[in-house]
Amino acid sequence: MIETLENVTTAAVGVTLHGLTKSFVGEHGTVQAVRGVDVSIDAGETVALLGPNGAGKSTTVDMMLGLLQPDAGSVRLFGGSPREAVASGRVGAMLQTGSLLRDLSVRELITMVASLYPQPLGVDETISLTGIEEIADRMTQKLSGGETQRARFAIALVSNPDLLVLDEPTVAMDVEARRAFWTTMRAFAARGRTVMFATHYLEEADAYADRVVLMANGRVVADGPPTEIKAMVGGRRIRATLPGAHLFELESLPGVTHAEQRGEAVILSCSDSDAAIRALLARFPNASDLEITGAGLEDAFVELTGKEDAE
Amino acid sequence: MTFTTYTRYELLRTFRNRRFLVFAFGFPLVLYILIAAPNRHTHNLGSSGLSAPVYFMVGLLTFGTMNAMLSAGARIAAERSVGWNRQLRITPLSPRTYFRTKVLTGYAMALVTIGLLYAAGFVLGVRLPAGDWFHMTWLILIGLVPFAALGILMGHLLTADSVGPALGGTTAILAFLGGVWFPIGHHGALHEIGEALPSYWLVQAAHVGTGGSGWGAHGWIVLIAWAVGATILARRAYLRDTRRA
Repeated sequence: MIETLENVTTAAVGVTLHGLTKSFVGEHGTVQAVRGVDVSIDAGETVALLGPNGAGKSTTVDMMLGLLQPDAGSVRLFGGSPREAVASGRVGAMLQTGSLLRDLSVRELITMVASLYPQPLGVDETISLTGIEEIADRMTQKLSGGETQRARFAIALVSNPDLLVLDEPTVAMDVEARRAFWTTMRAFAARGRTVMFATHYLEEADAYADRVVLMANGRVVADGPPTEIKAMVGGRRIRATLPGAHLFELESLPGVTHAEQRGEAVILSCSDSDAAIRALLARFPNASDLEITGAGLEDAFVELTGKEDAE
Repeated sequence: MTFTTYTRYELLRTFRNRRFLVFAFGFPLVLYILIAAPNRHTHNLGSSGLSAPVYFMVGLLTFGTMNAMLSAGARIAAERSVGWNRQLRITPLSPRTYFRTKVLTGYAMALVTIGLLYAAGFVLGVRLPAGDWFHMTWLILIGLVPFAALGILMGHLLTADSVGPALGGTTAILAFLGGVWFPIGHHGALHEIGEALPSYWLVQAAHVGTGGSGWGAHGWIVLIAWAVGATILARRAYLRDTRRA
């Protein structure tokens, strides 16, 4: 424990991804999944890798864990190669896809996996930490999708890792299970461990990470505190029927970052939709058919990457 | 510690899969009883000087144990289909421990098959000198080494839906060319092909039970070559096999 605390205070490097690049040859030619990713994570940090589906998150995670060889670039985990970090039992991970080995109970499977690690958590401790007591004695092939995810989390956790990697961990979990999951994750992170999780939910990244790395189109498009990222991609949109308005006028309204015309309607991308709607109605009382919606992450990403590509 | 706990659960889950066991153990046993029981009073089958129960016990020993070892491939393909190979790859489990466990599980399956067929043979009146039982068993276990590696190799190359026919076909061809079902003669192309296969020597091992003498240098060379070759390929297939299913 003392060792871990030292790691935190001296901000030792946990993960370094440098210039990671990976292409796949698919049916429709070569797809560049990851195009030069640089990320550095300090030991003890909890980092969210946020991005829409197809952003390259899972490919990045696979390269990080040594499951996939990068075309270019390098991965260092605690100063060594992924293989070394994995072999010494310092890494625990919950991959995006995958299920459990059948014909064992959840408890048996956790015990089996624990036996592979030099300093695992206790099996009972892991079961209570992840709150899966009620499914512990059930056969793995009898679990629901959400229960399987929770058991998989237990399997990642029993390794008692210095680095915990979670790829879209809450997929298939219901609201209750999600909340329980994140509580456990936070408790584990609070022990001074490094956690990196991939997600396409902005709310998860915002609520549970110290830092968010935003990925789109195989690139890191932003890297910073959750509040900053949320302001970038978490904006709302106002849609209104407003014939004859000039876009530059609309863009100068407070809280509006971008305006576009669609026939008679205008769409305003907002950083502060409350301020924007007040200003809009004050300035254009004839605006009608008002709609305020949360901007989709996908749209925000397209906008961000569009800018990136134009540079 | 790692090895014993890990292997214990691997064995436990293999022997818990009832459907798998019914076919793996039931098939050779039922086949044996169906063929040998009606002919159990035939004491000179096809003027070979052998009783039908001995003759068919020996044939099914080869077939059954070969199947038992290769069935590791089916289990591995099933594990891969749920991504378990990737999960294992991010644990400190060494390839050596992984292989040892898979091979040991295969041998456990083979030993049960041998035990069942011996018991059935005994019930049908097969009596051999103790030394022959021992010698035969020992040689069969050695002759199975290449099949252990072949099973692992196929498990990592094939998918869950293709591994069944592939294993069935491999067993059938190796059994046919190796002379499991009927003798392949002492000369000719078929004989030469047979002698280059591990199944041929497995048959020779089992034929100790019918007065055979096992194998000499030729057998050792073929078996070692297959064992080493298949192990190298299996190891390579395992190490490369980290992709998403």
